[in-house]
Amino acid sequence: MADIKVDTTKGECPLDEAKIKVDCRGETCPVPLVEVRKALRKASPGDVVEVVGTHPASKKEIPMAVEALGLTLLSVEGPDDDWTICIRR
Amino acid sequence: MEQSEKKPERVSIVLHSGDMDKVYSALIIGNGALAMGMEASIYFTFWGLQRLQKGGLEKGPLSKMHMLGLGKWMIKRRMKKANVASLERLLRDFKELGGRIIACEMTMEIMGFTRHDLREDLIDSYGAVGTYIREARESAITLFI
Repeated sequence: MADIKVDTTKGECPLDEAKIKVDCRGETCPVPLVEVRKALRKASPGDVVEVVGTHPASKKEIPMAVEALGLTLLSVEGPDDDWTICIRR
Repeated sequence: MEQSEKKPERVSIVLHSGDMDKVYSALIIGNGALAMGMEASIYFTFWGLQRLQKGGLEKGPLSKMHMLGLGKWMIKRRMKKANVASLERLLRDFKELGGRIIACEMTMEIMGFTRHDLREDLIDSYGAVGTYIREARESAITLFI
């Protein structure tokens, strides 16, 4: 499967726009994915969800879930063990 | 109007084992599937069904190196250090994300469980092999754990 490419040079996640914040720092598989899914279910279409986490595999897998759900990945920033991901529902 | 709303793909898991590590596998895969937009069901049968007894979820031994509980104690300690979620939390998450739990009726008979002995609040349906086949034939993924 091809890697999902995201332009991480576009600048910061639109922090002000993010209505829903998910903090899964310190959590491991499968909690970050599950918490993101819960937040996306609660979000309304168009809402921005911002996720922060430290689990390296989730930095790759949350974008995969976003693609599978047909939503928009806005940004992926930070090192593998301290990242921020923004998603638009 | 030709509007073919795509049905979400499904994962159906048979949880035959009651071993702690295998219950983890089933719940992690189930939660992962739900998180990635699939439907998921877990069919609890045989030793797996024991984990749905009231107070039974965390009681399973390790599938290997249980060593009268010493191995399990060591693994649990390491899991705590790695901040791995509890089975209880994973089961709650599974339900919250719409996962379905099916209890095997024949196992209930064999083990002498009544519905009252099981965590009825979590169980969506009670069934037999036909229920599983109906689930599995519509599934993209099916696993026997």
